This record gives sequence, structure tokens and C-alpha cells, in this order.
Amino acid sequence: MSNLQANKISKIFKDNKAFIAFLTAGDPSLDKTEEFILAIEKAGADLVEIGIPFSDPIAEGLVIQEANERALSVGTTTDKIFMMVKRVRQKTAIPLVFLTYINPIFVYGIDRFFKACQESGINGIIIPDLPFEEKGEVLDVAKTYGVDVITLIAPTSKDRIQTLAKEATGFIYLVSSMGVTGVRSEIKTDLKTMIDDIRQVSETPIAVGFGISDPDQAKAIAKISDGVIVGSAIVKIISEHGDNASDSLYNYVKSMKEAIS
Amino acid sequence: MSKGKYGVHGGQYIPETLMNAIIELEAAYEHYKNDQDFQDELTELLNEYAGRPSRLYYAKKMTKDLGGAKIYLKREDLNHTGSHKINNVLGQALLAKKMGKTRLIAETGAGQHGVATATAAALMGFECEIFMGKEDTDRQALNVFRMELLGARVHVVTAGTMTLKDAVNETMREWTKRVEDTHYVLGSVMGPHPFPEMVRDFQSVISKEARQQILEKEGKLPSAVIACVGGGSNAMGAFYNFIADKEVKLIGCEAAGKGVDTALTAATIAKGSLGIFHGMKSYFCQDEFGQIAPVYSISAGLDYPGIGPEHANLHDTKRAEYVAITDDEAVNAFEYLSKTEGIIPAIESAHAIAYAMVLAPKMKKDEIIIVNVSGRGDKDVAAIARYKGENIYE
Repeated sequence: MSNLQANKISKIFKDNKAFIAFLTAGDPSLDKTEEFILAIEKAGADLVEIGIPFSDPIAEGLVIQEANERALSVGTTTDKIFMMVKRVRQKTAIPLVFLTYINPIFVYGIDRFFKACQESGINGIIIPDLPFEEKGEVLDVAKTYGVDVITLIAPTSKDRIQTLAKEATGFIYLVSSMGVTGVRSEIKTDLKTMIDDIRQVSETPIAVGFGISDPDQAKAIAKISDGVIVGSAIVKIISEHGDNASDSLYNYVKSMKEAIS
Repeated sequence: MSKGKYGVHGGQYIPETLMNAIIELEAAYEHYKNDQDFQDELTELLNEYAGRPSRLYYAKKMTKDLGGAKIYLKREDLNHTGSHKINNVLGQALLAKKMGKTRLIAETGAGQHGVATATAAALMGFECEIFMGKEDTDRQALNVFRMELLGARVHVVTAGTMTLKDAVNETMREWTKRVEDTHYVLGSVMGPHPFPEMVRDFQSVISKEARQQILEKEGKLPSAVIACVGGGSNAMGAFYNFIADKEVKLIGCEAAGKGVDTALTAATIAKGSLGIFHGMKSYFCQDEFGQIAPVYSISAGLDYPGIGPEHANLHDTKRAEYVAITDDEAVNAFEYLSKTEGIIPAIESAHAIAYAMVLAPKMKKDEIIIVNVSGRGDKDVAAIARYKGENIYE
């Protein structure tokens, strides 16, 4: 079976509030990750972020840290993840984005990594420890292979917001809160003002992540942005249900997508 | 544009959430490093509070016993809080004060940096939180209580390998949670720019004094300067003012643990490869997929999978040489210096002593070695007893 042509990231934001789901590759196994991605897509997710596990994920809270540990403990490697993505790509055209740290990319070989992204059908990449000042490390190579390097904007970005937004492609990952990933009961950041700042210089779609877990939060955030990103709440379902998480994931993602539609 | 480069090494590889804090720190440091009032205030603290300048002691018995080069010991162990760590901490705490920060956070391995940070926090009135791996809170229990005594809160890190690397991870995470009022007092010449440069500058007082002291005592420069290297702050401080003196050999001693051919090692230059982690490009112990390797050393302070970027560059350019010292060699040197000179060195510093014991007999009697005794060994006595099979607890 040949690969399907991946849909463009920009397409998912057209006349639609996007629901973006994150899960860690290899948690609890790569076969299950493949199954979960398809369940999440069937439930209405518009884009899936696939975490390449890293030994020291400094931007992650406990829930995703533990998912990284589980994935690595069963022997998940970058090579095996690329093979899994190829299998997924034979079954779906949903945009797929990697999330990982700069070291696994750098050590794999930047050219080799992004070439493999293109070959397996990865649309974009999020690298939490690669700020604007250092993105030259990967940018040209990523462009050559048609992979968007997603820009992160944080509550502390302030006077940097417009510099960052101007060069953003794919979508902008607006970090809702200070700290690491994880479920939060309340998001206090003035997202509206940040989004207005971004909008002055960029038309790139804005998706908000960090701390979002329930349909009411998602609904409120979707009103002012182009989409919501949910990670820890999904990884938590996987950690609780393990191999049997597909149905729970489907129901959860369906409820979230309905809330923002 | 990438900043803080040492050859290919260095940079600022950190989350966007921290970028403005790092830029603010860089601007403050650029300003105050050339500010005479700041420098005077720091010198006053180093001299009156920390007890500088530290002595350059001629180890006569050791020299005679080894039968080669004259050995001088730079006594950073005599500083207040018992190690070189206070040099950097007083500098950063004073800078944080000028920046209007009210809270200090720090990682610690052996506990020396945590104790120094807690001390400066007590002195200058900061709130203070220290992150320490569980493995290290177990083997350095006394230092945990010491930090608490000084008013700091100690967080036991149970993630990952539960050592220094994980303590750094957790302190970085904490900084992203609360950055406005908080300064992260990084303890070594590592992390994102400006830390490697700033910490090196604060530690360079070691070689500034040592260079002057040896010229006064001997009228010439040493043939070699030896220091232990984990992240590398005491070594960078001991090397810095000798870098331009090409005839002075600079030798860093890494922790080989059970041996560089075993998995139980922390010798980054011997075993590592180029990577990007903890904010910097440098050498790291890691696997083919860039997963950071669990490392091991008897010394909690050297038990780190990376090395500061300036050291990585000194290695690349061959200006400094890095050798690996095993646990056994370090313990032997720990006992040797105690018995020979009546100085109990930190087990970290014992790695440098061990190499001096190898090198000195091969050198001429008119040559000089300076060994940086980065800390005192009181904290290690119980652990060394256990290593020797004696069941002593603190």
C-alpha cells in the first residue's frame, strides 16, 4: 500500500476550529500508538502531535514525563517511530506533527532526520528547547524537506511576540500558561491580548495549548483562537487504560471536538 | 543569532518561556560586570564573608614523598561553606539583588552548591529553594539538613536517574513556572549563555589569585594546573587566567567511576559525543538516538553526563587535556592527602589529587604543579567509610 498524500496544516483551520491531540510514541507500544492515532482521527481530531520520547523532557509535567519513560523502557527509538508513522500514513491523510527535543534530532543527524520526516509523511515539528535565536540549527534543512518548524509563543514572550510571529509557518503554538505541560483548573494568561498582538503581524493560524483538559475550557479558548491543543489529558487516559485506551480516547476526543465546533 | 559560542559549543537552547529572563540576565550581567561599585561590593563579600583570598599552600611532604615536581594546593576548601561554589554564588546572588529578584532556586549534586546558595540567600534575604536528586540526598544527608538549617527548602527529585542531571531538569522546570521574581543560580559553567561565561568570570578569581601567588612564591609560572571536572566550574576558574600562558599545561580530571570501559562512568570527554542539552551544545554521555545516558561516579558533584561548553572547546583546540580518574584512584588520593598533609579533600577534588600523584613523579624537581582543592571532604567521610566496608552512618 502506498502512502497517502498528507493534507496541508493550513487546511485544517479553514472554516473550522481545529482540535489538536498529542500522544507519546511508544506509550505503551508503537502498535498501540498507531491504533490510538487512528481512533483519535476517527473521533474528529484535525491534527495529531506525536511525541518522540526523550530521556530528559524539561518542558513536560509529570504526566508526559512518565509517558516518555514508559515509551523508552519498551525500547522505542526514532527509527522505529519513523516506521510506525509510515504505517499510519498508509491509512490516513491527517496532518502529523512531531514534538521532540533538539538533542534526539541533532544526534540522529539533522539532514537524515528531516529527510525521514518527508519520506514518512510528517508535516511539521515542535521543538520546545529550540528558541527563535537557535532555530538556524534546523530551519533550512526542515524547509528543504517541506517540514514546518512550529513557533511557540509564551506568556513571557511580551516584546518578542511580533518578531516570533512574523516568521511563523504551519500554525503558532500559543503556550497558555507558565510552567510545564499538565492539566490546569484555570488559565489566567490574557490570551486575547497576545492573540491581538500576533494578528497585527501574522495570518498564521493560532492554536492554544498547555493546561487544557475539559470541554468548557476548550470551548472558551476556541472562541478567541483557531484551535486547541490537548496533551496531558490524553496521555493520562492512555496511562490509565493502557492497551485498551482506544474507546476512551475516541469518546474523549469526540466530546472535545464537539465542544469547540 | 546564536550567542555565547565557544567554537561550535555553547548557545541558548531553552524554552521560549525562559528567553526573556535569559535576555534580562544577560543585559544585567553585561552592565554590572563593568560596574566598579558592583565589583567592589563583590570583592568585599568574597574577602570579608567568604574568607578570600584562599591560600596557595606548598605541600612539602607530598612533594617529597612523590619525588618529582613541587606541588602547590590552591585551598578553595578553606572558603566559607567549604568549597569554591561560594565564589559563583555570591556573584550571582548580588546580581539577582541588583535585578530586584526576591527568590533564588538552584540545583545541587553533592550539596556544596546548594549549601552555598542557601548561605547567600540567608545573608542577603532571599527566599530559597534547592533541588537535589534522591540518590544524592541519601548519600549527602548532612548537607540536606545544613541547607534547611540555613532556611532553604530542599526538594527531593525522584525523576529519572535521581542525580545532578535530574536536579537541573527540575530546577529548569521550576524556573518556567515562576520566573518574574526568581533567579536560577546555576552552579556550574554550563547551561544557556550567559551562565557559562558568568560562572567562569566569578570563578576566575581562583586563577587570578593563584597566578599572582605562585609568581610571588616561586618567581615563575607552574608547568601544570590540575582540577577536577564535572560541569567544570572549579576547573574553569583555576584554568582561566593561565589560558594565555601557553607553557602552562591545563589538566581536567573527569570521573571515570568504575572505569571508562564500563557503563558505570561519568567521563564525558572520554565517552561522550556532541549533543545539545541543558541549554548548551557540548559533549554528553548519550546513546545513538540522543537519549542522555545514566552516568555514575562515587562523587555526587562529578556525576553529570555533560561538560561546560568552554571546556569542550579547550578540548577541541587541545589547549587543555582531560583525563579520567576512577573511584578507586580518587578514594586512594582522598586517604593519601589526609594522611600526608592533614588535609581531607572533597571526593571531587580527590580526583585532581589522584592525577597529581601520577604526574608529579614523572616531572623534574624544578617544575611546579598547582592542584585546585575545590572543596573540603567532611561531607564525604561517612560515604568513604561505607566504600571501605565500614558501616558508619551520619
